[in-house]
Amino acid sequence: MKFDFKKLFNFKKPQNVLEGTDEAAPQQAAKEPPAEAAIPDKLAEKCEQCGQIVLSDEMKENLGVCPKCGHYKKLDARTRIQSCAEHFSELFGDVAGGNPLGFPGYDEKLAQLREKTGEQDAVVCGTAEIGGVQCALFSMDYRFQMGSMGHAVGEKITQLFEYATEKKLPVVGFVLSGGARMQEGIVSLMQMAKTSAAVAKHSEAGLLYIAVLTDPTTGGVSASFAFEADIIVAEKGALIGFAGLRVIEQTIRQKLPEGFQRAELLQEKGFVDLIAERKELKEKLAALLRLHTAEVTA
Amino acid sequence: MNAYEIVLKSREKGRPTAAKYIEKIVDGFIELHGDRRFADDAAIVGGVGYVCGMPVTVIGIEKGEDTNAKVAHNFGCAHPEGYRKAMRLMKEAEKFHRPVLCFVDTSGAYCGIGAEERGQAEAIASSIMEMIRLKTPALSVLIGEGGSGGALGLSAADEVWITETSTYSVISPEGCASILWKDSAKVAEACDCLKLTASDLIGLGAVDRVVEEKGFSEEFFASLKAEIAAFFAAKAKIPAEELVEERYRRFRKF
Repeated sequence: MKFDFKKLFNFKKPQNVLEGTDEAAPQQAAKEPPAEAAIPDKLAEKCEQCGQIVLSDEMKENLGVCPKCGHYKKLDARTRIQSCAEHFSELFGDVAGGNPLGFPGYDEKLAQLREKTGEQDAVVCGTAEIGGVQCALFSMDYRFQMGSMGHAVGEKITQLFEYATEKKLPVVGFVLSGGARMQEGIVSLMQMAKTSAAVAKHSEAGLLYIAVLTDPTTGGVSASFAFEADIIVAEKGALIGFAGLRVIEQTIRQKLPEGFQRAELLQEKGFVDLIAERKELKEKLAALLRLHTAEVTA
Repeated sequence: MNAYEIVLKSREKGRPTAAKYIEKIVDGFIELHGDRRFADDAAIVGGVGYVCGMPVTVIGIEKGEDTNAKVAHNFGCAHPEGYRKAMRLMKEAEKFHRPVLCFVDTSGAYCGIGAEERGQAEAIASSIMEMIRLKTPALSVLIGEGGSGGALGLSAADEVWITETSTYSVISPEGCASILWKDSAKVAEACDCLKLTASDLIGLGAVDRVVEEKGFSEEFFASLKAEIAAFFAAKAKIPAEELVEERYRRFRKF
């Protein structure tokens, strides 16, 4: 005889008053991306969403947006900067993290990622002009452990805010991160406090900080400098949230509604100022920067 | 005790929760409810009272002692409302130059649809930022589990103390084991790797003082109370601007 243990132990979850009962019913699980095919010479590439072959030049021209289906490919830190800013000059390029906890295998992992990406860690910082306005900017890199924040990322972002405070510059941040970097343990958690303190000082100096939340912005980064900006711009369709989708599903034991943690829902719920399509992002940033630096006169 | 044993101990049934600390340390406690935005989150308990005659604002993440209390307090997993209530109470404390005392004990902020839709990330981010620039003294005491951002939201203080068998970590050892080794049986190994015990944390500078537990006896609470009062008395002499600058430096060093 076979027991269905799931049925047998199907306890009703205690009612959680703050979670309510009027939330949308689950509709759809996350789609698995189609398997990657090898394409020679990098003349063409396959869209990770629709699977269609697109000329690499065309993809590049289109800022990584698939011309066939409109899917937003993730941009690495420097490509993102190029897509939005002029006269970029890098700062704090030498700052690198170590292995503060002596976490097994982490040194090797860092070495591999540095080799593969040519970056020291998951963020690139510097100064640039957007729409003619001089600003400090940071841009996070998905290729480096999905932009996770350890000492190097926290330190560079903190230094950038300190620099911007001293030089009276606005900060534009392109955020992309899965959250804190687990291998740096409590040291990575402390980066959330450190960066927040630097953002607070910059803010108290009366300076503008615009965060551009791109796909994905979650975990310890969303719960620190990502959501501390004066203006929060989200890139169309970006996944933005605190907890990971899988963790939430496991906790509440139900499938999540369609559009959950997406930029459009966050705007509807009041947590994002505006949503930008990739092709219009630069102009929107320029307009915001210009307005904030314009003199307030009658 | 090894790290794994300490993790188990930090979650042990019968361990005093924030409510017990408030009862033993804060005299004349008056609970203040709600975030004035959406709801009152019972996972975070806050209010005002006295420590050795000094008025304080106290905020605790409450897990609940028995099963009914655990359910009522959502097992110490706060929603955004909890962090917004805490922020509101901290700002009220700042207005009246009262120190802020936090008791932290959570496996993490709540993961759920409502929590996300009402901005869990924004609430924690704001709570960290507001606390770190608070113009009044603040002390956080880790009394059980210090689970990630949910704990940090109430730990951006002048000093962070930890009781001997409490922990503080960026991720649960279970989460770490499952992400890293796809094997939840490697929890004990993850406990070692994460350096989450009081002795590890003091070495890393993440906590400033380890408080002896003395079996959570009356003596333990009495001496903790005296230490807290002495701490606030010393901090009360420091001008607010200097206090904020010192707090900045405390977190800047990481």
